[in-house]
Amino acid sequence: MVLELTGAEILVRALKDEGVEYVFGYPGGAVLHIYDALYRQEDVKHILVRHEQGATHAADGYARSTGRPGVVLVTSGPGATNAVTGIATAYMDSIPLVIITGQVHTWAIGSDAFQEVDAVGITRPCVKHNFLVKDVKDLATTIKKAFYIATTGRPGPVVVDVPKDVTAQVTEYAYPKKVTLRSYKPVVEGHPGQIKKAVELILSAKRPMIYSGGGVILGEASRTLTEFTRLLGCPITNTLMGLGSYPATDKQFVGMLGMHGTYEANMAMHECDVLLAIGARFDDRVVGKVELFSPGSKKIHIDIDPSSISKSVRVDVPIVGSVGNVLEEMIKLIKAAKKQPDKAALAAWWKQINQWRAKDCLRYDHKSKLIKPQAVLEKLYQLTKGDAFVTSDVGQHQMWAAQFYKFDKPRRWINSGGLGTMGFGLPAAMGVQLAHPKATVACVTGEASIMMCIQELSTCKQYGLPLKIINLNNRYMGMVRQWQEFFYKGRYSHSYMDALPDFVQLAESFGHVGMKIEKPGDVEPALKEALKLKDRLVFMDFITDQTENVYPMIEAGKGHHEMHLSPERELA
Amino acid sequence: MRHIISILMENESGALSRVAGLFSARGYNIESLTVAPTDDPSLSRMTLVTSGTDNIIEQITKQLNKLVDVVKLLDLTEGPHIEREMMLIKVKATGVAREEIKRLADIFRGHIIDVTDSSYVIELTGTGEKLDGFIQALDGKAILEVVRSGVSGIARGAKSLKV
Ligand SMILES: Cc1ncc(C[n+]2csc(CCOP(=O)(O)OP(=O)(O)O)c2C)c(N)n1
Repeated sequence: MVLELTGAEILVRALKDEGVEYVFGYPGGAVLHIYDALYRQEDVKHILVRHEQGATHAADGYARSTGRPGVVLVTSGPGATNAVTGIATAYMDSIPLVIITGQVHTWAIGSDAFQEVDAVGITRPCVKHNFLVKDVKDLATTIKKAFYIATTGRPGPVVVDVPKDVTAQVTEYAYPKKVTLRSYKPVVEGHPGQIKKAVELILSAKRPMIYSGGGVILGEASRTLTEFTRLLGCPITNTLMGLGSYPATDKQFVGMLGMHGTYEANMAMHECDVLLAIGARFDDRVVGKVELFSPGSKKIHIDIDPSSISKSVRVDVPIVGSVGNVLEEMIKLIKAAKKQPDKAALAAWWKQINQWRAKDCLRYDHKSKLIKPQAVLEKLYQLTKGDAFVTSDVGQHQMWAAQFYKFDKPRRWINSGGLGTMGFGLPAAMGVQLAHPKATVACVTGEASIMMCIQELSTCKQYGLPLKIINLNNRYMGMVRQWQEFFYKGRYSHSYMDALPDFVQLAESFGHVGMKIEKPGDVEPALKEALKLKDRLVFMDFITDQTENVYPMIEAGKGHHEMHLSPERELA
Repeated sequence: MRHIISILMENESGALSRVAGLFSARGYNIESLTVAPTDDPSLSRMTLVTSGTDNIIEQITKQLNKLVDVVKLLDLTEGPHIEREMMLIKVKATGVAREEIKRLADIFRGHIIDVTDSSYVIELTGTGEKLDGFIQALDGKAILEVVRSGVSGIARGAKSLKV
């Protein structure tokens, strides 16, 4: 029997057939047929956000915490432009999203019609791919292609722009089980010759070092990476995006690297003789000055995206392939090899690393009369036993969360690493909570960041999302203030947050629980109380030390060995 | 170094803007770019002339390959190849210059394809250098208008860039 459906029905049916659980969206003229089709079914659940940026971040948080693609539905014109920040955020961190944007009627395209923007043109530089569907007959296949492209190879967001008349036209519905594109064939298997070379190089190392990134999480290769690293017995560091891909409490883990990485991680990067980069892209916040980066090492790079290889740092052994596959091959070769890691050399290497570790570079003042932001995060870590999902916004609080919350599992740490989008934390946490209704989901934020998507507190109320918002309120755009203190002689130009709302009242007015915590002694009891309120969103406003800075710090354009330690550490 | 990159891509609307957008977003330079459908109407063939260090050219080819619409790609300058460009040039042709310009066009194997009592339009095909040479040989004041197609290229030998 042939099934005749309208474009709008096809779209919703295709989402169902794709196994989509949630669509994050906001209605408008161009998508009214689609909203009507959503209304007439119960399989695909729609989450109504309060701003389209929130929809994209929520879908993104859903995707990051589950590995499944996030889905967004917005109207044409302002709906599409509001979504752009979230699309770019997902693009920079290679997160699979499918974003459906409404468009004006096909006959009106190009006429500056009401709520018309060139969505395909505007999003082109920040999507993996995008489509304009001009004929309802192409709709189902295009949706299939969008999911296929978004979730395979190096993942990323895909926009499907659907004109209103296409959603009204009727055609036969059949959802393809599979699509192939002659122009798109992601590589999965690594080149055996290169893998062999890489293994030989690692086994000959005296001071081997692993640096792994978000690609390990995206590629579901955490377990393989852990087995591989233990087999080699060498130190491992994670990028901001890679936290949780290797258990942070493991003794081989030396912390995060880069601009605010640990002393031991950055020094080990600088001094190693063989560096193995896995699913990481030599981002400028990780590398610092290219000429000074890990100067004495031979470099191996495993990445699924050929264009990531030798983009900024030249490597000696590039391997294009999915990290999981390549690491499994390497494990086999290492187990079968006659030559094994040089135990004596490794022992000497660890001795050196432990000396760097002894600097205790993350130590902070525990006796302060003011609440130290680090202390709040340390407590959060202890009380949630390291098993919460933690989203963050962008700034100092983000770095402290990365430093002080020890992630032992992948997909627990959800932050905008590439684009650095303030406003990400709260909506992303909504997506995480929907995907994991029973889990503790904490949003670590600052009083500046939280204001950027604060409207989503209303969405949280509507869907009963019991987030725990940890607002580290220093009355400053802290990270901006820190740079102004260091590099602009303390001229704090427009970084002071004046006229802040009373966050307790604000949270309450949205129907949530608000708390204000002003004394170090109140931190733990307050957190305990909040965590006990399992079915309520709790907004915790921690009034923290305004002058606290994030250490260690490598200035932009410096080498890994040129770290600033905190004033207390420099003296030590 | 100068490179000629041949690209086979899906003949979709917007495919050209993906390539042009990539070059402007990443700050690569484009000397010329030509594009037209092939014998297979679902495919377009693009010839792109660019220049840069080996690192940049490596990135350019990788980034182009990453575009979902790009089916195949070849850096023609890596092997023996042929490049051709077509030029239409309108020149003032009056008095004694009329004969002289005609002779010059013959020497360069150009064709006069439009004639008025005061002008010619000459069609000329060859490498970019040859076209430059013709322009140089003309009296600059005589040139009324120059239209160049940009480079098209193909590899020598039996191997071909095909799906
Ligand atoms: C949308 C956006 N605008 C501006 C910035 C630049 N920026 C980075 S950190 C920061 C300050 C963040 O302040 P806050 O949220 O209070 O966090 P804190 O650094 O104090 O922890 C700003 C303005 C950004 N990352 N994103």
